[in-house]
Amino acid sequence: MSKTFRMGGVHPNDRKISNDCAIEVFPLPRRAYISMAQHLGAPATPAVNVGDKVKTGQLIGTPSGFMSANVHSSVSGTVAAVEPVADLAGNKVMSIVIDVEGDEWMPEIDRTPDIVREITLDGPAIISRIKDCGVVGLGGASFPTHIKLSPPPGKTADCLIINGAECEPYLTSDYRIMMERPEEIVLGAVIMMKALNVTRGYIGIEDNKPAAIESMRNAASGYPGIEVVVLRKKYPQGGEKQLINAVTGRSVPSMGLPIDTGAVVQNAATALAVYEAVQKNKPLIDNTITVTGQCLPESHNWLVRVGTPYSEILGAPDGIPENAAKIISGGPMMGKAVANINAPTVKANGALLLLTEEQTRRMKSSNCIRCGKCVDACPMGLEPYLLNKLSGAGKMDELEEHNVYDCIECGCCMFTCPAGIPLLDHIRQAKGEVIRIMRSRPKK
Amino acid sequence: MSDTLLFTVLTMAVLGLLLAVVLYFVAKKFRVEEDPRIDEVESVMPGANCGGCGFAGCRAFAENAVMSETLDGIFCPVGGNAVMKKVAEKLGREVQEKAPMVAVVRCNGTCENRPRTSIYDGCASCKVENALYCGDTGCRYGCLGNGDCERACPFGAIRVNPATGLPEVDENLCTACGNCVKACPKGIIELRTKGPKNRRMYVSCMNREKGGVARKACSAACIGCRKCEKVCPFGAITVEDNLSYIDFTKCRLCRKCFDECPTHAIRAVNFPPRPAKSAAAPAPQTAAEAVEKPGLPKAEPSTPEKKEEQK
Repeated sequence: MSKTFRMGGVHPNDRKISNDCAIEVFPLPRRAYISMAQHLGAPATPAVNVGDKVKTGQLIGTPSGFMSANVHSSVSGTVAAVEPVADLAGNKVMSIVIDVEGDEWMPEIDRTPDIVREITLDGPAIISRIKDCGVVGLGGASFPTHIKLSPPPGKTADCLIINGAECEPYLTSDYRIMMERPEEIVLGAVIMMKALNVTRGYIGIEDNKPAAIESMRNAASGYPGIEVVVLRKKYPQGGEKQLINAVTGRSVPSMGLPIDTGAVVQNAATALAVYEAVQKNKPLIDNTITVTGQCLPESHNWLVRVGTPYSEILGAPDGIPENAAKIISGGPMMGKAVANINAPTVKANGALLLLTEEQTRRMKSSNCIRCGKCVDACPMGLEPYLLNKLSGAGKMDELEEHNVYDCIECGCCMFTCPAGIPLLDHIRQAKGEVIRIMRSRPKK
Repeated sequence: MSDTLLFTVLTMAVLGLLLAVVLYFVAKKFRVEEDPRIDEVESVMPGANCGGCGFAGCRAFAENAVMSETLDGIFCPVGGNAVMKKVAEKLGREVQEKAPMVAVVRCNGTCENRPRTSIYDGCASCKVENALYCGDTGCRYGCLGNGDCERACPFGAIRVNPATGLPEVDENLCTACGNCVKACPKGIIELRTKGPKNRRMYVSCMNREKGGVARKACSAACIGCRKCEKVCPFGAITVEDNLSYIDFTKCRLCRKCFDECPTHAIRAVNFPPRPAKSAAAPAPQTAAEAVEKPGLPKAEPSTPEKKEEQK
């Protein structure tokens, strides 16, 4: 019997069109726009000036706080500008613009395809290497990995969970790397287990990916302590708290951190990035991006350098089908609609999804009939219909009483609502405001 | 049968009487002493409970007005000077007259001026749209047009015009309670003095981008060229972050900035139309002179025809 999380969840059609498309290397962009805000926390500080020559893998942004990460050049060439560039939402983010010239890598990076199995570094050295290489969580939130691997004082980890659930429809980038580079992912897991000083590691994969389960089981067979856990397909299995619950049966307390349960979750792509950072000395400068959609003649899984504009990946304007109405960065459930097609990719980009107008059309919203479907669907045990109502009335104290801050913004409530009420839109709004109010209170 | 009925009625009657007596004494004992002036002040309030004064409704306003020593900083924007005078009379205090204010929407981004760059199909709320992205035009500072201000207005004074996509304020209904100012996530709406004969000038733009970028996003954007700042004889105009601002306490409504503005980002409201060769005519020097032309029809300078010309 395969496992799954206890509460809520929905079953969207998984539409993994690009499952069988092997990862291809995407050509270098003409100009790379490398954002300084590719991670959760304070944006990095640019460390190069206009006119500087940079090499691939060179450090160009340094952390500007505890919660921050290094940023490296993903291309070689000349720095053309250090200026704010519009991101996918059209908001300006400080970026380094590099005119690409050739592809000269930093000499210390090991570019051979050989798998390095021997782990020579010790725990603290691993974490500092991960920090130096600017590795961030590639599951979506871009949480700096070195912080996640250093549990706060008083808390200890007892297991590592590699997230290979990829529960969002359409996305296949994690699936492809699990198929093509399984041993490197397992090695990445082993490295992180060493850094965390834990002996148990799990790799959670949903049962709609039997080939990936097979591939990862084979790769993990030589490594004691690592177990592949088959999960029953359900969205949002890839959510950190849901995955911990599915794999270990433990529940993250309200307002708590995943580390409170003793589990540390890392995405499969992050494990690969950790392997490359620690064993190959390669900073996080490229990632696998699924380009898919039913309106596209063919889907791809591209290995793209960070900072490549979306328009180049999609081959705009000719590469975009006429009936494509919406471009989404990420999956259809949690992805963000792209307002600026010239926006560059960032470390945690996983997919570009093209949808037709028919697919994106919102249902006309009508009144809530209190069917309770949203309550059943919520994986955090919240009452979305109530939160929506309270949000409309601006009752911040009651929203706090009803734990609005626990919302993981998975969109299950909106997906399941038969009345087409934009529940998540309002709840997200209220959540932001409630958290702001809570933070503004004096600490006890 | 009738016994039961009688018994029930009698029991209820006696019980009611007993409880009434108890209630009477409890009410006497635990009576809350309240200043009778609070009721008096509340009776002259407009009763809109809009919260525009900063207190939770008219009752709270009355309580605060009675409790505090002076009426400084306590002002009912809805009732205005008339109500404040009555409040002052009831309390026997002095009150300073305030110039009547009106909400002003500082955005010129009509559909013609500001081409749409994307289609927003999410939930119709400016707050939600603002949290998601920069908005459906090239201007990150402009009006989103989903009508959060309209829903926030308790007086129906501000409405989004579907033709322009911008909110318009009905100055006769607007009480300057400030609810729309709080509701607007872009901070476009400002409370400004109504001005003599309701004539006022303001920079109808919030774009802080450099001139070229702002102009590309919207043809009627303030480009921060500082021409208005230079031409203003009263030092009322300051340009900060590529954006001009007219200080309404200093502006004397000479309209020199209006003539100078290359993008027509500055608006002059309720001024009579000028004679044909206005450029040659000397501009009126003071506000008093400028408004000394009664009986002429009111005109908004930013009519659609004008925008066509600009293009």
